[in-house]
Order: sequence, then C-alpha cells, then structure tokens
Amino acid sequence: MSQFPGTSGTPGAPGMPADPAVARRANRLMIAVLAVIAALLVVRAWVGTEVGSGADAQVVHGYGMVFVEQQGAGHVQVPAAEWAQAVAADPAQQRVMVSWPRTVGVWAAALLTLAVLSFLWRDNPVYKLAESVVVGVSAGYVMSTAVWSSLVNQVFGKLAPGLTKAYLSPGLTTTESDWWALVPLGLGMLLLCRLSARLSWVGMFPLAFVVGVFSGWRFVQYVESDLLAQVATMFDPLYVAGPTAAATVGGTLCAVLVLVGVLTVLAYFFFSLEHKGPVGGAARIGVWYLMITFGASFGFTVMGRIALLAARCEFLFDDWLWLIDPAGKH
Amino acid sequence: MATHAGHASIFARLDRIDRRWIFLAMFVAVAAPILWVGVTGKTFPEAPTPAVQGAFDAVESLPSGARVLVSMDFDPASAGELQPMATAIVRHCALRGHRICTMTLWPAGGPIIDGTMQDVLGDRPDYRYGEHWVNLGYRAGFEGVMKQMNSRVSLAYATDVRQTPLERIPMLEGITGIADFDLLVSISAGYAGAKEWVQYSVSPTLTGSKPLRFVAGSTGVQTPQLIPYYPNQMAGILGAIKGAAEYEYLVNEAVRKADPSAIVPAKFQEAQRRMAPQLFGHVLMVALIVLGNVVFFGLRNREARA
Amino acid sequence: MSRSIAVLVAGVAAVVMVLSKFIVPMESAETTVAEWFNAAAAIAFVLGGASLLKMNLLTISARGPGWGYAAVTLVAFLATLGVGLFKVGVPPSAAFPDHRMGGTPDAEGGALWWIYEYLMSPITGTLFAMLAFYVASAAFRAFRAKNAAAIFLLVTAFVVLLGRTYAGVFVTSWIPDDVPWVSWLRLENLSAVIMSVFTTAGTRAMIIGIAIGVAATGIKIMIGLDRSYLGAGAGGGNG
Repeated sequence: MSQFPGTSGTPGAPGMPADPAVARRANRLMIAVLAVIAALLVVRAWVGTEVGSGADAQVVHGYGMVFVEQQGAGHVQVPAAEWAQAVAADPAQQRVMVSWPRTVGVWAAALLTLAVLSFLWRDNPVYKLAESVVVGVSAGYVMSTAVWSSLVNQVFGKLAPGLTKAYLSPGLTTTESDWWALVPLGLGMLLLCRLSARLSWVGMFPLAFVVGVFSGWRFVQYVESDLLAQVATMFDPLYVAGPTAAATVGGTLCAVLVLVGVLTVLAYFFFSLEHKGPVGGAARIGVWYLMITFGASFGFTVMGRIALLAARCEFLFDDWLWLIDPAGKH
Repeated sequence: MATHAGHASIFARLDRIDRRWIFLAMFVAVAAPILWVGVTGKTFPEAPTPAVQGAFDAVESLPSGARVLVSMDFDPASAGELQPMATAIVRHCALRGHRICTMTLWPAGGPIIDGTMQDVLGDRPDYRYGEHWVNLGYRAGFEGVMKQMNSRVSLAYATDVRQTPLERIPMLEGITGIADFDLLVSISAGYAGAKEWVQYSVSPTLTGSKPLRFVAGSTGVQTPQLIPYYPNQMAGILGAIKGAAEYEYLVNEAVRKADPSAIVPAKFQEAQRRMAPQLFGHVLMVALIVLGNVVFFGLRNREARA
Repeated sequence: MSRSIAVLVAGVAAVVMVLSKFIVPMESAETTVAEWFNAAAAIAFVLGGASLLKMNLLTISARGPGWGYAAVTLVAFLATLGVGLFKVGVPPSAAFPDHRMGGTPDAEGGALWWIYEYLMSPITGTLFAMLAFYVASAAFRAFRAKNAAAIFLLVTAFVVLLGRTYAGVFVTSWIPDDVPWVSWLRLENLSAVIMSVFTTAGTRAMIIGIAIGVAATGIKIMIGLDRSYLGAGAGGGNG
C-alpha cells in the first residue's frame, strides 16, 4: 500500500480536463508559468531590494527576510529600514540583525501557502502534506495550550499547590489543597475511557454530566436572550417619529416591514397548520423574506472569503516577495 | 441561423469551461488591486453604517480611564477579516485613554492578543502593563468561563498570562464580575463568541441596575446571525472587513480632526486597503452569476427551439 | 442500569443549572459546576489529542492507505506538543526571570510561537481562503434565477455585494444623497436597509424558532425523554 497516495494526475480526476491531450497541455503550461516566475524571482534577488532611505540606504539581496532587535529577554521584529540605519551608523553593530529562524519561517509559511493553493490545480501530495502538518500541529497546539492555561492552575495547582508552584506555575498563590478538584479530574479520566472499546461505556457518565449542565444553561439563556428579548422587540412602537417627514415615513415603514417579516417567517416555520389560505399566503411572504435573508448571508460570506484570500495574497506579496510595502515593514 | 449556431457554440464552450479559469480570474481580481494599492497607497472613502457608528460611539462616549474588556475570540484562520477590527478597536480604546483587559475563548487566540497589543501599544510607553492594560489570556470552557466571569472574574482567571494574581493588578481593582466593566467587546469568528456573550453575559444584565454595554466584531458568515441583537442587546456591530474599514475610517478621522497635521501610520489602514480587492472580487462574483445565467438560459432556449 | 444512571445525572445537572438562575443561594453551585465543566473541557482537548494519536498509530501500524501522511501528522503533533509542554525557547517571564517555566508557552520567540506563526497560521488561513475560489466557481455554475424566490436571493446578493464596496457608491452616485425620499435607493443605503429590515426580520424569526427548539430539547433532557447523547451502543458494561 502506498504511503503517500495522492493523485494519479490522470485526466478526468477532480479538477482535471477529461481530454488527455488538454491535460498534458495544461500541465506543460503550469510548469512553464512556474519556471518563468522562479526565473523572475532569481533575477530580482540578484538585482536586490533597496531598504532605508538617503545615506542609510542598503541593498538586500533576498526577500522574506525578517529583522529583529534585542529588547529585554527577547527579540522584537523591526522594519528592514531600521537595520539599514543601524548598519549605516555602525557596520559592526549586533543590535538589529536578520533573524534566520523567522526568515526560514516566512519562507516555510509562503511555501505552505502555495502548497495549499496548489489544490486549485488538482489534488496532489504537496497539498496533502500541508494538510497533514496542520492537523498534527493544531492538535498539539490546542492540547498544550489547554494544559498550560487551564489544567495546571485549575486542577494541578489545586491538588498539589506546592509542587505546581515550584515546577510549573511560579505565580500560583494557592497554598492549601482543594480536593474538590478531584471531581473534574475524575470526570476527565472517565472521559478518556471513551478511547477504550471495553471501557467506553464508563465515558457515558461524564458525557451525561456535561450534556446536562450545558442543556440547563442553554435552556435558560436561549429563553432569556433569544426568545423573550427578541419577542419583546415585536412590541416596539410601529410609528417611528423622525426629524423629517421622509424619516418618519421611512422609519415607520421599516418597523412595519420587520414585524410583518418576523410574523410571516414564523408562519412558514409553523407546521401544525396546513399552509393554505391566509396562513399559506403569510408563509409565502415569509419565504421571500427568507430568500432575501439568505441572499444577504451569501453576500456576507463571499465578502469574508475574499477578505481571507486578500490577506494571504498580501502576505505573499509583502512579507515574502517584498513586492509591496503597504504597512512599512521593510 | 449561423448566428444562432455561433451563440450556441459560445454558450456550450462557456458551459464546459475549465473551472481553473474561474479560479485564475478570482486570483487576479484580488491580487491585482493589492499590488495597485500597495504601490499607490490609495484607499476608498468609507461612509459608516449605523451599526458601526453605534460601536464607535460606545467606545467614544466612555470617560477616559473607563475599563473595557476585549475578548478576541478568533484564530489565525479568520485573522484576515478580524485582525483589522481588533487593531482598530484596541487603538480607539488606547487613543481615548481607556484601560484595556484582553482575553480569549479560543485556544489559538493568545498570540493574536500579543500581536495586537504589540502593534497598537508598542510605541505607547505611557500605556503600562498592569495599570493601563492587562492580558488574561485563554481559558478553556467556553460558556463555563462566561458563567464564572459573570459572578467573579477571578474564578475563571486566578492570574493573568504573566502569572500575576488578579488582586495584585491595579487596573482590575474594584472589578468583581463582568458587569463591573464599562464595556465588553467580542471580536468573534463563531462559537464561542459574540452570540454566546450576548446570551450568557449581556442579556442577564439588561433587566438589572447596570446593563453591560456590548460591541461585537464578527466575520461575514456570522454577521447576519447577530443583526437582530442590534440595537437592544448590543450597542454596535462591525460586520466583516467592510465594518472594520468603516471603524478604521472613523478612528482615523477622529485622529485627523484632533490634529490636522497627524499622519496615520499605514498599519492602521489595513482594512481600508483591503476594500480594493473586495471591490474587484465582488464585481467578479456578480459578473460570474450573470454570465452563468446567460449561459444557462441561452442553452435552455436553444434546446427548447430544437 | 448504567444508561438510567447517566440519564439521571444529565437530568439532575440540567435542573440544578436552571434552578440556580432563579434561586440566588444556588449561584455558588453553578460557579462550582462551571469550574468542573471548564476543567472537563480542557481535558476534552487532551482526549482529542489522544484520539488523534490512536487513530494515526493504528493507520501506521496497519500500513493503511496514506500511512505516510499519518506519520507526518503524528510527528507534527508530537513535536508541537513537546515544545509546547516543555516551553522550548520561551523567553523567561519578567516577574519570574529565574523560573524556567515562568514564561507563556506561546510567547513571541518561543518554538511553539514559531510553529503557530509560520506553520499553523498560513495553512489554516489559506484553507479558509480557498473557499473564495470555490464560491466563485459555484456562482458561475449553480446560482440560477429559475423562479421568483431564487431571483429574490440573487438580487439581494447583488445589492449586498455591490453595496458593501465602493462599486455601490459609484454605480448609483447619480441618485441624490440629500433627498431622503430617494436616497435609500443608492446601493450602499439599500444594502443597509436590507440588513436592518429584511435580514433582521428573517434572522429574528429563525432565532426565536431555534430558542423554542433548544428549550424543548432542554426539557426533554431534564425529564429523561431525550437520550440521543448516549449514542445507540453506549449501553455496554453492565447496562
């Protein structure tokens, strides 16, 4: 069995043209485009990028470089122009320098971004590799964050405050053991039993506890916040006085339309009565309201996705390739 | 007849178009304006909507020194949309002299808080940690954290991220429950976030003696779900990158109004810059829907005639 | 038997949480339970990690399809967990400079921060951004104005898409902004009206409906009618 099965690259695979000749032509085109881009980048690195201004200007042969300055116990990222200024003042200075771990990081981030984008061409092992990395990294990150932010102080610190303060959390102020902390620890241990086929039934009890607590909270808060408070808005005045006649008419019309909308959509959701006659008419109007609502949601969703894409493009052009510098980073 | 055949041929070819051409068009529509804005530095003027103006006014109307709790409930996956919002709101608070307490309900929210505070307060030595701002960091539990904070913030957070016990942090003096803050802000990408804050922490205070004022910043996907809470249960909403751009514009205009010679750093115009790729991306989407329908109805008419 | 006990645990927990809202002295019970809940939530993350470990180890040992990717996931997971738990490269805390574990695990400059900044952020960010391409493709192939409802949806989408950018201002700039009887027709204003009227109404009705559904489910859990959370096969042991 192949350890890295990915993609055959055969014509007809998802995202691939059905015609083998077209697929081959497309592959050649892609390789050619990538080669041209790589050549342009090499030329640009050879020419270099000028950072800093005036007498402080320096030429940097490369991109994706990150400069840092020592501040206290750590380093803080600074613009390349600051490095140029420091070097112009003292060529031997070590205060502002290239951070190779961060520079490698920017390159890794850029290549991983491209690896994920490569899925647009077709499914491939590079994409799958990036996917595998992110699954492992995310799980590891979340787990270690949960341990340090919650378990250390909230559980270990309560059970063994002396040991926790000495080895894990120097800021801990608890001095007495609180044995009630055994309860969540026990619940957690029982939850871990779900990993075992033989003992998974034991995990049912902590699950029932969590579900019960959660449903009690949700019962109260949904009724208070989403049912009562939202229904209360339907009793707001329908006549809305504005500074001008147009504002009054507009405000009143909007208030009426909102009330009509809520009632008609609720009529559409109400299945205990057959959607015929007045109820059917109201439900039909409710459907129009819902369609407008979904249309607006679609518009907002598109807006969100494009914003995320723009952020990734900006990273590639700014942090990696140094083609632009809108935020004055270099 | 030949014309009809020609049209049919164009429709059929468009109908069978390789989707990668559409991907390429989207990439160009987003990438080209980024390069253009990156070179020229130009941005579009923004006209704030009432929900964004409401959010701005909620921060602006607080007296200097007021305590604002900012919960950055998102991770890097949504940072493209929400980071400019977080930066703009924290910057506005800092410009107004408010004391800022940050936290997150998302495990990957910690470095986002650090980055935001470094960006905004990095060149503000007058803003001292512990006195003017504090970072509580992440705590697991979602609504459980909210429930604890409603009663006593120290139940959820015994210490801040720097391991200082809460009772030794000057800016939190007098803070017992969450309602003791003057304003709650949640920049949220989903669960747990703005909706849960409204349900668990804001709504229960609305019938009490001191209602907790609340402002939300949310992703495009989540914004329509939050709209009904405005204005009764929240003072304002920043919806998607457009909301961030409007808020940024309001803050920058306030800075320019206070000091006409002030130069707004480019890092505080991120959302406004992003509106250029948004414009072309949206126009492309509209064009694709129209074109798709033209092709669909063109082919259907031809089949009907045949 | 064990299923009945679990149902009882869930019901009692739910009832106690509801009562604590109305009986002030019970508030401390709620905060105590919240503390347990939060700790259990943190342990659930550990459970998630352990589950991932188990699944990938099984795939690798069975040499199942894609076991190489499972190995990559495993190495990435263990490396991240290791540097996170041992705070590798984390700058010491200003308050406790001599304590090795005094710093924040994901503080800038540490190994966990590097992984977060340069591996996790770009991949997750790009994965979400990819949807922009697929939405565009779907827009061309799937969104058809076949009936009145679909036309409503598409026209609204157009207004919101254009009205939320400068395109809306540009296209309808000929409509006077200072004549209130017509200025609402400008795309940027129309988009705001859609949000404040139609989206508010539609979503409000949905919120009310969902709240009724959640309340009904809560009552069913309290009285033991809803047992779906136990799963079909969870009655093992002595159940």
